[in-house]
Amino acid sequence: MVAVLARAVTFALVGVDAMQVTVEADIHPGLPAFTIVGLPDAAVQESRERVRAALVNSGFEFPLRRITVNLAPADTRKAGPGFDLALAAALLVASGQLVGDPLSAYALSGELGLDGSVRPVRGALAMADACARAGLRGLVVPAACAGEASLLGALDVVGVGTLRAMADFLAGGERPAHDEVDPAALLASAPDGALDLGQVRGHRALKRALEIAAAGGHNLLMVGPPGSGKSMAARRLPTIMPPLTVAEALEVTRVHSAAGLLGAGPLVTRRPFRAPHHTVSSAGLVGGGPVPSPGEASLAQHGVLFLDELAEFARPALEALRQPLEEGSIRITRSQRSVTFPARFMLVGATNPCPCGHLGDERRHCSCPDSSLRRYRAKLSGPLLDRIDMIVRVASPSRDELMAGPGAPESAAVGARVAAARARQSERLAGTGARCNAELGPAQVRLLCKLDPAARAALYAAHDRLRLSVRGHDRALRVARTLADLDGRDTITRGDVAQAVAYREHHASELLGSVV
Amino acid sequence: MRACDPCLRRGALLGMLGPWIARALGQHRRLPAVLGLDDDALVAAVCGRKRAEVDAELARFDAAGMRRKAAAAGLATVCPHAEAFPAPLRHGPDAVAALWLLGDPSRLHALNEEQSVAVVGARRPSAYGLETARALCRDLAAAGVPVVSGMALGIDSAAHEGALEGGGLTVAVLAGAADLAYPRSRAGLHRRIAATGLVMSELPPGARPFRWSFPARNRIMAGLGAMTIVVEGTLNSGSLITAGFAQDLGRDLGAVPGHVTSVLAAGPNALIAEGAQVVRSVADVLDALYGAGSGPLPAPRQAALDARLAALLEAVERGTGSPDALASDSQAMADVVAGLTELELLGLVRRDAGGNYVRCA
Repeated sequence: MVAVLARAVTFALVGVDAMQVTVEADIHPGLPAFTIVGLPDAAVQESRERVRAALVNSGFEFPLRRITVNLAPADTRKAGPGFDLALAAALLVASGQLVGDPLSAYALSGELGLDGSVRPVRGALAMADACARAGLRGLVVPAACAGEASLLGALDVVGVGTLRAMADFLAGGERPAHDEVDPAALLASAPDGALDLGQVRGHRALKRALEIAAAGGHNLLMVGPPGSGKSMAARRLPTIMPPLTVAEALEVTRVHSAAGLLGAGPLVTRRPFRAPHHTVSSAGLVGGGPVPSPGEASLAQHGVLFLDELAEFARPALEALRQPLEEGSIRITRSQRSVTFPARFMLVGATNPCPCGHLGDERRHCSCPDSSLRRYRAKLSGPLLDRIDMIVRVASPSRDELMAGPGAPESAAVGARVAAARARQSERLAGTGARCNAELGPAQVRLLCKLDPAARAALYAAHDRLRLSVRGHDRALRVARTLADLDGRDTITRGDVAQAVAYREHHASELLGSVV
Repeated sequence: MRACDPCLRRGALLGMLGPWIARALGQHRRLPAVLGLDDDALVAAVCGRKRAEVDAELARFDAAGMRRKAAAAGLATVCPHAEAFPAPLRHGPDAVAALWLLGDPSRLHALNEEQSVAVVGARRPSAYGLETARALCRDLAAAGVPVVSGMALGIDSAAHEGALEGGGLTVAVLAGAADLAYPRSRAGLHRRIAATGLVMSELPPGARPFRWSFPARNRIMAGLGAMTIVVEGTLNSGSLITAGFAQDLGRDLGAVPGHVTSVLAAGPNALIAEGAQVVRSVADVLDALYGAGSGPLPAPRQAALDARLAALLEAVERGTGSPDALASDSQAMADVVAGLTELELLGLVRRDAGGNYVRCA
């Protein structure tokens, strides 16, 4: 038998994008050997054993000759088990067990089990996207990923459960069937979750603040004693945000798929709510690793990133959030390449008023030493607070409120008001690059948040009497703009400004309970 | 005006022994008893084996050098042998030997001519406590009553601020040296008090405060005040120590009542239960000091508010200060939040650390 060369196209996941990789298999007479070159990592090296066993256990012959596999481009590091399927296909063609030219039209991606089964891979949606853009006709993926890969529509997606099924299809045999998916229909039929704003008893002021925050996309900080219901309320924030659009859902799905976190369905249909623990590392928060994978901030794309006990997070982790908060994306640079992850989320923080949590509580005395109070406050100030438009105090609910039965559902009604306010914003902001009031830059704030004299006077008074800072001024304007949008008005009134000022950052001395 | 050598030496000795005085305190020997010991006995009680060293250092004491040091720090000294020394501090076994003063020492005369009031309270008070202390002291100062306090965070600072606002004399008694602002975050207040009032201490210039010097300072505050008023404090707070000193000295005791459920009000409420004068406003204090009806009553603040704001203000005055309790739905909440901010802008309400609104006094 003469030496034969075969090529198969597959994809490597780089961040949330897929990079085309060509698997070249060369079979040469000689002592049996199996070498993979082209900067493979350990998982790719182990691919040899999986492919060998899968081929044999699927009834194929494993060529006992000198096999060289190259993963091109050869200068980029390849990681993970997703190349198995393409490798096996290339070997089948090179060894003459699969005839014709089946690998020119279809790309392949999948992990093989020793028994020849095909296991799901991460990033099927990104691969389908890259595959369509590369002009290939179709993509062969694990059956479990077929739904996800066919979300984009433009591609012939073939889901295979076993190596044998793949070979049969490529040999011109039966095309394995899978359900057609339509992202719009999936979104429309997504069941409502069990969460509703009405389940939060009392806390009318907090709910109002959540409504405003959702309407303008404003980042929010809740300050209140432990057990006052901050995180319960935050978890219900996604239920009042507008439903995901198809484009948004696809972006979210792409990130979750790249992280291997896609649940049962092919599409993420609800806005993500991510609540990392305060011990999270900065890599865990914004993404990282030798092969960069998305962090919590990216997983919260188009949803909510909830940081409970904000002051307890490590400072480097909080600092790392600066870039996503400003740019809506995270760039991770490695020596070889840099990867950009999307990270456009609403930041919701929760914190106790002081380390012991009882500052300002009528019934308990705060026992924190002044020095630790100052340190605690210092943690909450600075660049992160710059990006938080609203700060709301949360008090413990009263006994009566706790004893009252569950409230009527509210999320639908609030969500409708929020959606209307968002619609007004996208109309006004069309072409500006910003999508909601929270994203207005300093220049846009001055341009788009015009005040009448009475409203201006209120802002001046807040500046003088309440020591509103310059950045507090801009934040109040953005929130006031949202309040007018919620009310369906173009003009910002004095009432809007007065409300917005109530959500300002309080002076450290005010929180410390001292007068000067 | 300057302190005589032996008094100055005693003051210097306290500074020298500062770090170890706590050793002489025990179950049977309270602070006044220790401070009441004469120099030799004090050294003996505090120093133990190091006594010879301290005695030697004391023998080398240079009064002129100490005066130069005080002058360099901008401090004047006064001792009981001077006429200007505050009369209320002359008596008792633990009477103050020497006071270091920051500010114009001639202001001491006012303390002998007028009855002063000491106002003390929690370092981390509620907004209600802060507002009450500030307004009370503003009105006391405006009525010509010197206000004595300790420049601590919270109520003490509010008391000084109020007195400065009212344009009257205010005296800060520090636990450390008078030339050092303690706590350091009150450096600005320290400067302003020294400019129009007095900062005093029984410790020599440069001395940091010691654990024992806080209650020792409290005894001076209680001594200076014809009446000591506790605004807020828990049951075992330093404010109640001051109140205890005032009681021991036979001075009047006043307390600003608070919510019975509030831990911060537990101290003053307990004092009231034991017979302290209820202090609701400056009128109660003036009545107690000068006899009923003799004090000038400040006119109630008048503000023209629209009906909506007036109703909100009334609700806050009734103690319903949380937005949650004031609005039943989202739309009403918008009006309530906006209205409360308007009241805040007018200076009629303020928000406390828990996010509730209280009436500004």
